Amino acid sequence: MHFLYPMCCFNSLLNLTCQNQNNYIQDHLKSALFDAFCLTADVFNRPLCSLISLFFHFFSSFQMQFMLLFSRQGKLRLQKWYVPLSDKEKKKITRELVQTVLARKPKMCSFLEWRDLKIVYKRYASLYFCCAIEDQDNELITLEIIHRYVELLDKYFGSVCELDIIFNFEKAYFILDEFLLGGEAQETSKKNVLKAIEQADLLQEV
Amino acid sequence: MPAPIRLRELIRTIRTARTQAEEREMIQKECAAIRSSFREEDNTYRCRNVAKLLYMHMLGYPAHFGQLECLKLIASQKFTDKRIGYLGAMLLLDERQDVHLLMTNCIKNDLNHSTQYVQGLALCTLGCMGSSEMCRDLAGEVEKLLKTSNSYLRKKAALCAVHVIRKVPELMEMFLPATKNLLSEKNHGVLHTSVVLLTEMCERSPDMLAHFRKLVPQLVRILKNLIMSGYSPEHDVSGISDPFLQVRILRLLRILGKSDDDSSEAMNDILAQVATNTETSKNVGNAILYETVLTIMDIKSESGLRVLAINILGRFLLNNDKNIRYVALTSLLKTVQTDHNAVQRHRSTIVDCLKDLDVSIKRRAMELSFALVNGNNIRGMMKELLYFLDSCDPEFKADCASGVFLAAEKYAPSKRWHIDTIMRVLTTAGSYVRDDSVPNLIQLITNSVEMHAYTVQRLYKALLDDISQQPLVQVASWCIGEYGDLLVSGQCEEEEPIQVTEDEVLDVLEGLLVSNLSTPVTRGYALTAIMKLSTRFSSVNRIKKVVSIYGSSIDVELQQRAVEYNALFKKYDHMRPALLERMPIMEKTATNGPTEIVQTNGETEPSVVESKHLPPVTHSCISQSFDYLLLLTLCLGIPPMTAYNKNGLKIDFTFERANPNPNIAVITIHASNSTEADMTDFVFQAAVPKTFQLQLLSPSSNVVPALNQGTVTQVIRVLNPQKQQLRMRIKLTYTLKGSAVQDLAEVNNFPPQSWQ
Repeated sequence: MHFLYPMCCFNSLLNLTCQNQNNYIQDHLKSALFDAFCLTADVFNRPLCSLISLFFHFFSSFQMQFMLLFSRQGKLRLQKWYVPLSDKEKKKITRELVQTVLARKPKMCSFLEWRDLKIVYKRYASLYFCCAIEDQDNELITLEIIHRYVELLDKYFGSVCELDIIFNFEKAYFILDEFLLGGEAQETSKKNVLKAIEQADLLQEV
Repeated sequence: MPAPIRLRELIRTIRTARTQAEEREMIQKECAAIRSSFREEDNTYRCRNVAKLLYMHMLGYPAHFGQLECLKLIASQKFTDKRIGYLGAMLLLDERQDVHLLMTNCIKNDLNHSTQYVQGLALCTLGCMGSSEMCRDLAGEVEKLLKTSNSYLRKKAALCAVHVIRKVPELMEMFLPATKNLLSEKNHGVLHTSVVLLTEMCERSPDMLAHFRKLVPQLVRILKNLIMSGYSPEHDVSGISDPFLQVRILRLLRILGKSDDDSSEAMNDILAQVATNTETSKNVGNAILYETVLTIMDIKSESGLRVLAINILGRFLLNNDKNIRYVALTSLLKTVQTDHNAVQRHRSTIVDCLKDLDVSIKRRAMELSFALVNGNNIRGMMKELLYFLDSCDPEFKADCASGVFLAAEKYAPSKRWHIDTIMRVLTTAGSYVRDDSVPNLIQLITNSVEMHAYTVQRLYKALLDDISQQPLVQVASWCIGEYGDLLVSGQCEEEEPIQVTEDEVLDVLEGLLVSNLSTPVTRGYALTAIMKLSTRFSSVNRIKKVVSIYGSSIDVELQQRAVEYNALFKKYDHMRPALLERMPIMEKTATNGPTEIVQTNGETEPSVVESKHLPPVTHSCISQSFDYLLLLTLCLGIPPMTAYNKNGLKIDFTFERANPNPNIAVITIHASNSTEADMTDFVFQAAVPKTFQLQLLSPSSNVVPALNQGTVTQVIRVLNPQKQQLRMRIKLTYTLKGSAVQDLAEVNNFPPQSWQ
């Protein structure tokens, strides 16, 4: 199918979503467009991709969209999503992104453009920490955020390793949720985050 | 019923599985056990079971049957239950599930819980995945917590408010009172999240932005304290005090200072201070410098500060750390439009980055190089870029080729150089060239009248070498069809004319027709070229034979052409010479045709993305295809018009009909600026008589670049149910060379087809 036809369709969808203030419909349209984006992103079709990526920019601002932790074999150890996506979409993104990041050579820079997002990743021992941020975000400070999270895990588990995160994944999530909320840092003091976790742990009934 | 196995036990067991099938079996068994446990409404072990389910979910197995259980856990009194319940909700539930609304009441209760950690759980969940409905219901609670003196809760409430505003922008107003004294907090967590909240509000609403401008002095003070204060162990990162907060404040300052002279002046000093005093040996310092540079470039900073910023970027370019180099290239790309000369100084470093091993850096360097090309450096830059085109990865070739074409078109020092450059691209990266380049090139070649002989000769020689690269073959066939007579008569002035006979030329073209390498499109070009030669060559019989053969081709397109050409030979032979005459010089149409999309490679794209407005997609996409454009103008037949042309600002209107409603006329305005300076803050407004309805969509940008280097486009939709004559009053405001300009005009010269 000539690429102009889907582009005209998208154009109409875009106009519809712009005109329609109803969040419910917007979300449905967003998801429809996202599905289509996944379909067409595989085809080397830059105009179509740029079109849809511009659409996503229109709806987003500065935000971390998701954070993934995975091993060198591509096994997922933690996934935190800050945007609403279906399970199918999440799986697809995870699969593709893991493949893309694992294919990077060791000397390459920590940032890559993937679809319309910026991916910031860093490897710590056997785990890849991967964040997806938006175009306006500061990549270098995201690296610091990742580093801070690793430090928190390290302090909590005492010299953390991948096994700690596998067997105590729920604790890894609790720590992440005390550090970030909605994709933004809620506490910039390491001490305070760890103190809060400690106190919450004490509340746990045996 | 034995107690369900513990979570760690399950994890250990599953990890012993040696194959995927074995793992699946274990999981299925455990899921069955969990399901029956859920059915029995077992309160004691629900938490453990859900935790196991979450683990299995992470491995990729379905866990939807646990959704309701999460809700039950959230409703439990036990903290352990709530913790897992909320985690499960965030992982398994999202706003698409109808079930999620059942959480609302639990969250409401927990937001008012006596234990702050429970309140925290509720705020966190709401702030991560609350749907619009939930946000609407619970916004009041969040607002209450935003005013509490408990900093643990206040910081979470602030970020939760950010989420609420993102989901339901109309609720922004209700958080305004609570923001009153957010910045007087001492707690860094609250400060950080407050700045995030203020940033979100200012970004979404120009009124809020104006309202919060008065916070600039306070923000400057906080930032100053962070930099000047001594070592603070709690917030220190490699010698820098709370870099996260510094970066967020810088970002907020950027937004507040953007189009405001007073605010920009108030932050001038602190920006200079941060830029010069920040330690650059570690990533964290560079992160702050990076944000500072972005802020300096975006606000109305004085020139000294801007030069300082660009020099920082220049230093970044030489940094050993790849990440820093990448970030520098990205920023330079954003600033190259406004501070072109300053960036030019770093051109050689940027060009060196083309040879970097990292793919991301190479891409950025390529985009930036294209942005830096100008009339003075075109020859040198093109040499580097063509070398890059030769050796780069296939993923770059299409963009690089398009960029080369665009740059060559704009700055070619001579026609001969231009054609040579095109030839070079076609022969080295011919198969990666975009489809729309072929019509572009054809137009270019047609218009370079004196180079026809040279061009066709070079293209012919290229065809003899290699017929696999379709764009090259298509352009070559077209040229041979048009200028075959020049080729055969050996008229080339620029270089040694080659000796070639009519038969040899026809051999080559026929070769294209039969070759397996040729696509159907290419075959179409070849056949048409052969046909055209019937009026330029003497061997008409041979051509007639070829054409009649293809009258029975399987390819429908080819068959149709051949049959029509046959008819030309037979019944309409008297028309043949006139029909197959040389193409006249083609005018570049007013709709900014194909160049607009090609230009998005690193040139206009950054600014389009930054302005966060939807570009008028209607025209730029459709006019990508040369044929489609012709089709449009032929079908619609509504000619474009100039609506306004004064003081260097020209506004053209182009039309199209919106199907299915023929009463709506879709007008795209194209604003171009022929003065020497950019027109910034450009706003186009329109008003129509009462019987019409007007809708103005977002403009592509609010900066009209100088010297016709680009246009601002915007789509207007006019509903004209009574089919009255279209009239419009337009108001234009922009800033040129520092002074604001405003003008009103009436537009009455709409072509009748646009409203009939």
